[in-house]
Amino acid sequence: MQIGRVVGTVVSTQKHRKFEGAKLLLVQPLAMDDTPRGAPLLAVDGVGAGVHEKVLIVLEGRAAGEALGRKAAPVDAAIVGIIDTVTISG
Amino acid sequence: MQLARVIGDVVMTRKDENLVGITLLVVQPLTPDHQPVGRPLVAVDAVGAGVGEEVFFVRGKEASFPFYPAEPPVDAGIVGIVDHWDVE
Repeated sequence: MQIGRVVGTVVSTQKHRKFEGAKLLLVQPLAMDDTPRGAPLLAVDGVGAGVHEKVLIVLEGRAAGEALGRKAAPVDAAIVGIIDTVTISG
Repeated sequence: MQLARVIGDVVMTRKDENLVGITLLVVQPLTPDHQPVGRPLVAVDAVGAGVGEEVFFVRGKEASFPFYPAEPPVDAGIVGIVDHWDVE
């Protein structure tokens, strides 16, 4: 899983039926020091996240489909939690 | 998933039988400020997208799910046409 920050929202009318009712958010992946890492991606929201929030994302199809609560959904990324804190102690 | 613009299509006569009837499009991934990022790739189309449209696509075996019970051998698929997006 990766940590990211929600940076935007995406609106799509014409989409695969498994996306109906799903919220699509743009997420910027972050390094552990909160600097942006790589290009922003689209994730379905399984937890009610909003813009500016720091979130945990899964980047794997089966897990993302489960987060969305739909089997065989053509998704590859989902937000599975809103992060309160990350502590690196090692 | 990733944002992209459809920039072309691919036509094949000789192909895997599970690809028969499936449209193949060339997509250029985009950043949220509509700039090209990375290399273009070929994706199957599950939503009736066309050249010039902004779309989002899924990577991995999940790209084949819209064609169930057929299991086309693909690793990228367009699953939505984007009306607009907003970055804050």
